[in-house]
Formats: sequence, structure tokens, C-alpha cells
Amino acid sequence: MTLFGYRLPGMSSLLLWGLLWEIVGQAGLTFFVPPLSEVLGTLFEILGTAAFQKALFETAYAFLAGVFFAIVIGIPTGILMGKSRLLDELLLPWVNVFLSAPLTALVPVLMVLFGFGMKSIIITTTLFAIWIIILNSRAGVRQINRSLVEMAHSFGASPTDAFFKIYFWAALPEILGGVRIGIIRAVKGVIIGQLLISIVGFGALFELYSANFLMGHFWAVLIVLFALAFTISEFLAYLERRVSYYAAKR
Amino acid sequence: MTMSQTKETITPAAAAGFESAVSARNISKNYGEVEALRDMSLEFPRGQLTSLLGPSGCGKTTLLKIIAGLLEPTSGEVEVNGKKVTGPGPDRAFVFQDFALLPWATVLRNVAFGLEMRGVAPSEREARAEKYIKEVGLAGFENSYPHELSGGMRQRVGLARALAVDAQVLLMDEPFSAVDEQTRRKFQEDLLQLVQNENKTFIFVTHSIEEAVYVSDQIAILLPRPSRVSEIIRPTSFRNKGVDNIRRDPEYLDIVDEIWASLRTYVE
Repeated sequence: MTLFGYRLPGMSSLLLWGLLWEIVGQAGLTFFVPPLSEVLGTLFEILGTAAFQKALFETAYAFLAGVFFAIVIGIPTGILMGKSRLLDELLLPWVNVFLSAPLTALVPVLMVLFGFGMKSIIITTTLFAIWIIILNSRAGVRQINRSLVEMAHSFGASPTDAFFKIYFWAALPEILGGVRIGIIRAVKGVIIGQLLISIVGFGALFELYSANFLMGHFWAVLIVLFALAFTISEFLAYLERRVSYYAAKR
Repeated sequence: MTMSQTKETITPAAAAGFESAVSARNISKNYGEVEALRDMSLEFPRGQLTSLLGPSGCGKTTLLKIIAGLLEPTSGEVEVNGKKVTGPGPDRAFVFQDFALLPWATVLRNVAFGLEMRGVAPSEREARAEKYIKEVGLAGFENSYPHELSGGMRQRVGLARALAVDAQVLLMDEPFSAVDEQTRRKFQEDLLQLVQNENKTFIFVTHSIEEAVYVSDQIAILLPRPSRVSEIIRPTSFRNKGVDNIRRDPEYLDIVDEIWASLRTYVE
């Protein structure tokens, strides 16, 4: 966008919204919204605290572990579903149910099953991410150009060759798309898991701050989380654009 | 158009003293209730180009894929050099209508793909691929990706891939239908050269009458419902008059008209 002949950098509109926040905060309309300047001050203050860094570390650990399991289990499952009619018939209804289910409602059950600790949070994260990864890998394999498969067959490709040299690569753009959406959902999963279980990570911090009406702290942590989630998602989109450059061209 | 007439037209061609590289014998193919091919027999002379020509739905691509071993006939059998076909084999190579190139691989790797599947060592297969890339006129594009090439160039890659495995029989499924008219003409001229220089048997599926007459030593006219070989035409006089003279040769024009007359009623 250009304004008075100057090209504005991306997301300059955030300045406007930040200003609005500051005004509302300064006006003292509600204790719930402190001025942005105060929130940012608090933000830098708590970034260095041990409690924050511990929360960040625990969250990162749960997030990475959850995403790892979602990818390692999700991609092969999806590819096999795309190739095998039987497996597809068996699993597809469950995948669809879990994809659209309000998984938050499952977290209490997980807590009962796996305890109130890290394990439940990791499983929650995996459950948020895995279904879309499975579905996308499956779709990637199913949309594969039939004549590529015929071509490989006509030149004498073995089933292993076909799997690693045709199916995987042909499905890669869809698989990566699924992984990106899965990881974005995993960010939600890890936060929701922590909030509900609320004795570790940012969940514990939120609990602490909101119970003590420390709204500045509360907003500061929220800004950090939003920024992290947004950065991860943008980074993945960038990777996806680089790898799937040919997807539109086939 | 009866079956007996069909038999009559086949016999002279088969008896004309040509050795068959490929024989299709009594091929039938059913998809459930639908009869795609019924009791079709056809001989393909060695070192020559045979076109399968007919309206859509006449089963020409089905027959080609059965010869390739990509489809299994419901009954009947195909022999290539006296050996019964049970699946794809190194004696045949396929050129696809939509090129079927790996979008994530360079031209070099695409051309070498058939050799790669046959377990040829990387250095040797790349050397052979490079040779055929030059031969189809794509030198300098070894490291390009398919999406960077025009349709005609992509099909040259598909052709180089089929040539690189050095199969005796080349199966071409409407290879020029997805390229533009001018490129197609150039391809047709190059194909005539190829048939002359390479001692290979070509089986060529097309729906273009002009194309079939232009490039073929033998044209098999296939008619639908039920699918059958209705006629076999062997142009004689214009093949050696040079690529520039074929299209105004009286025999060429007569054959084109004659084929259109017999196909006309089958075109919706």
C-alpha cells in the first residue's frame, strides 16, 4: 500500500491498532486493558525472568515432541491410506471425526488417562496436529497423475522404486501443506493443553497472572504467544513455497 | 462392414512377406459389461511404423496399453519377437500423450529414468541420456525442469527417455496431440527420420487422419462398437519422395479422402 506517495512496509496498520490500544488504555476505561506501553514494558521485564523462560522451554518441548509424533505417525499413515483401499475404509471415518471434533473436550479424559503432566500435553498437541497431516498425505497420494504411475510401471519400476521415486515426491506438496496446517493446529493444541492442565508452562503463568489480576503480565505473555505462532506459520509458508514450486505446474 | 471383410484385408498384409515384430492375436478386453475390444488380431511389421487410427472409443489406446503390458487382455495374447507379453518389458518403451515427466526432476534425470529403473550405474546412464538429449535436439537443457520447457520440448524429453532404453518396439500414444500445429509438423518430419535411422518398430496411436497417412508404413483403421480392425492401408509411392512432397502427392490425398469416407459415419 502507498500513502501520500510513500510505500508503506507490510503490517504498518498494526501501528494504528497499537495507537488505539494505547488510547483506550490511557483513558482507563477498564482495568482489563492496560495501556500498550505498560504491557510492552512488562513484556521486556518478564522475558528475563526464570518463570517465563521455564514456561517457554516447557512449551517448546511439548510442542516439538507433539509435532514430531504427529509427523512421524501421520505421513506414513496417510500415504498407506491413499494406496490401500482396505486401510482407507477402516480409518477414514475416524480421521474425519477427529478432524472436526472439538478436541478440547477430550483433554480432561487424557488427563485422567495420562496424568496431569507433560505426557498429556504432548498427546493433546499430537491429537491437534495429526489428522490434517494424515488427510493431506492421503489426498496427495490419491491425486497423483495416473500416467506417472503407468510410466514407472512401463519402465519396470519395482513397488519400492515406485513408492520412493514417484508416490512420495508426487505427494510432497500436499504433505507439506498438511504439515504446515498441522503445526499451526499444534500451537493451539499445546496452549489449550497447558491452559486446561494448567500446572506447567504458559498455562501456569496465565493461571497465576489472571488469578492475581496482573493484566499487564497477562497481555504481555499473550503477545509473545501470538507472535510466536504467527512467526512459525509464516516460516512454514515460506518453506512450502520453496519446496512446492512445481506443484502448480504439473 | 462384416468380419469376413476384415479378415480379407488382414491376410494380404500379413502375407506380403513382412516379418512381424509384434503380433496381437484375438485380443478381447472387457471392462465389466463394456466390451472395449473384441477378438482383434493385427500384425506389426519389423522396422516399420504402424498407425492405429480411428474415432474415439474404438479402443486404439486400450490395444496399445495391452501391447505395452500395462493392461491385461481378457482373452487373446500379444507376442513381441515371438515371446508372449505378460507385463511391461525391456523390449518395449512407451511415449505418453501427456508426456508423464517427473516435475521434480531435471531433463537429464527424466531421460535417464528408464535406465535408472533398470539398474544402470549413474555415470553410464547419464552419458547415455546426454547422447539422446542431443539426438532429440535438447542439448543445453539437461539441467532444466519440465515446467521450464514448452509442450513440444517436453515431448522430446519423453521421446528421449523412450529411446534411451534402446527398446526394439516404441509405443506412442497420441504423442503429438498435446503440442501445437507447427511443432507437430516438425515432430512428424523428425519421426520419419527416426523410423528410417533407428531399426525399431513403431506403433503409433493417433486420431488425425493426415498425421497417420503422413508418418505410417501401415495404417490400421479401427472402428468402434464392437471394436475391430476394419481395414489395413499400406501407402506405397510417396514415402521416398521427401518430406516436402508428401502432402501434395495424389496417393496421399486419395488415402486421406478414402479414410475420411469410411470414418465419417462413426463420428458423432
